[in-house]
Amino acid sequence: MKYSVFSLLKNTLSGHKKWPAAWRDPQPKKDYEVVIIGGGGHGLATAYYLAKVHGISNVAVLEKSWLGSGNVGRNTTIIRSNYMLPGNNPFYEWSMKLWEGLEQDFNFNAMVSQRGVLNLCHTDPQRDAFARRGNAMRIDGVDAELLDAEGVREMYPFLDFNNARFPIKGGILQRRGGTVRHDAVAWGYARGADSRGVDIIQNCEVTGIKTVKGKVVGVGTNKGFIGCKKLGLAAAGNSSEVAAMAGLKLPIESHVLQAFVSEGLKPYIDGVVTFGAGHFYVSQSDKGGLVFGGDIDGYNSYARRGNLPMVEHVIEAGVAMIPGLARVRVLRSWGGIMDMSMDGSPIIDKTSIDGLYLNAGWCYGGFKATPASGWCFAHTIAHDELHKLNAAYRLDRFRRGYMIDEKGQGASPNLH
Amino acid sequence: MLIKCPHCGTRPVEEFTFNGDASIQRPTSNDPATMDQWFDYVYLRDNPKGRFDEYAHHSSGCRAWLVVTRDTQTHEIFNVVTARDYAKKRVAS
Ligand SMILES: Cc1cc2nc3c(=O)[nH]c(=O)nc-3n(C[C@H](O)[C@H](O)[C@H](O)COP(=O)(O)OP(=O)(O)OC[C@H]3O[C@@H](n4cnc5c(N)ncnc54)[C@H](O)[C@@H]3O)c2cc1C
Ligand SMILES: [Zn+2]
Repeated sequence: MKYSVFSLLKNTLSGHKKWPAAWRDPQPKKDYEVVIIGGGGHGLATAYYLAKVHGISNVAVLEKSWLGSGNVGRNTTIIRSNYMLPGNNPFYEWSMKLWEGLEQDFNFNAMVSQRGVLNLCHTDPQRDAFARRGNAMRIDGVDAELLDAEGVREMYPFLDFNNARFPIKGGILQRRGGTVRHDAVAWGYARGADSRGVDIIQNCEVTGIKTVKGKVVGVGTNKGFIGCKKLGLAAAGNSSEVAAMAGLKLPIESHVLQAFVSEGLKPYIDGVVTFGAGHFYVSQSDKGGLVFGGDIDGYNSYARRGNLPMVEHVIEAGVAMIPGLARVRVLRSWGGIMDMSMDGSPIIDKTSIDGLYLNAGWCYGGFKATPASGWCFAHTIAHDELHKLNAAYRLDRFRRGYMIDEKGQGASPNLH
Repeated sequence: MLIKCPHCGTRPVEEFTFNGDASIQRPTSNDPATMDQWFDYVYLRDNPKGRFDEYAHHSSGCRAWLVVTRDTQTHEIFNVVTARDYAKKRVAS
């Protein structure tokens, strides 16, 4: 069924009781051409583009829990393409272009809102670094504007411009950045993939990967063995565990990142603003809640909840940036488990095992990448070779010394 | 999380700075032939779900390096020793 104003009117007349389910709930078949592990944004987008762009619809997405229960439904919904390094920038800009046409493409309202992403700077060197990054972005055809303090003040007069330690000197603005309703991304891709014949199998946990003579033949699950010619891993946060089923050890640690939402407020912050003197980013949801987050808790974790010191730290950073936040009450907080890669950049690659493909290491910036990640991973799986947009996201780059280290800090699992 | 420092007693988690997997061992050779060992040491991690030995620096306390054994799924802490005792025990075993 195509969603349109007419389908809406028709279903309004029947009291919204006759909408068909957005996707089927199939039992797994005995085998598939391609199996994807992980029904998050990346796994579902991969299945969608496999079916839509490459004509491969004999595909199953296996999700151990319910669809969208992972990071795709836990993130702070920010999208942007304001990276600096050559391996990253064209990839994220392609993602932004896909976001711009996504809702028409998959016929689902994902509330893509290009409300602008503003990064604040607080020192002269930071402004220089922003100018450099903005120039790098513009070389790749990405929009970037450097604002001075007055330019920022016009947009957000309530920021703490004269903070004694972290005065605001300006910022870098990407107007095409913004937010997207995260759940709707999972649902839109799921519906689009399902309608093209992809089986989305929920509550199906992969417990083993079977290979014969160095080639993947299928996976063991709690619903029995499922055969496949090709297997894509997109198990964000659990990538090490799943890859270990095929004997691979990854340059990744799993860490917990928390996010928060406040009580509903009247319209207050109409874009995304990030603090440059600590890690804090905030936007306002359409329901009015301020959605914000900060850094990972800092220790390896598979528990989807964090500790209170990080709650306090994030809120301190927020109040340093917007003193008025001190009077806002927090409604909820939650955590998600992410793959922290050793250079802060992702991996979309083939592996040493025939028919086994890896999509991992998204750190805490993988939501914005969802469309391009699915696009490139589908290409890599369908053609057994990398697309030029993910050509730098090789697994062996660490061994070869070709890290994509945006922060320039060297190997550590706390970059993003 | 509360961590029982062998020197300071039970202290809150925010006094500690974590530094990842304590079980990996730094290669001792500079010979380029040992590059694979270095690669393993610098980049690859077991990243276990469950029991995990990790370095923790009591940075806002006695400043000793410790090894905390913790469950990464529940955050339950089983054991805390000084990094020195951990290393000694490893040599002995
Ligand atoms: C609090 C928070 C805030 C964030 N904010 C942003 C942001 O503002 N902008 C941004 O770009 N990114 C953000 N991110 C990062 C982003 O959410 C992730 O990088 C991205 O969602 C990961 O890809 P995914 O959607 O495929 O992951 P997930 O949705 O986690 O999908 C992986 C799926 O694999 C499943 N799985 C795992 N193991 C198995 C198995 N053995 N068998 C079957 N299924 C399995 C899991 O259940 C899960 O559903 C944030 C993350 C968090 C936690
Ligand atoms: Zn101590």
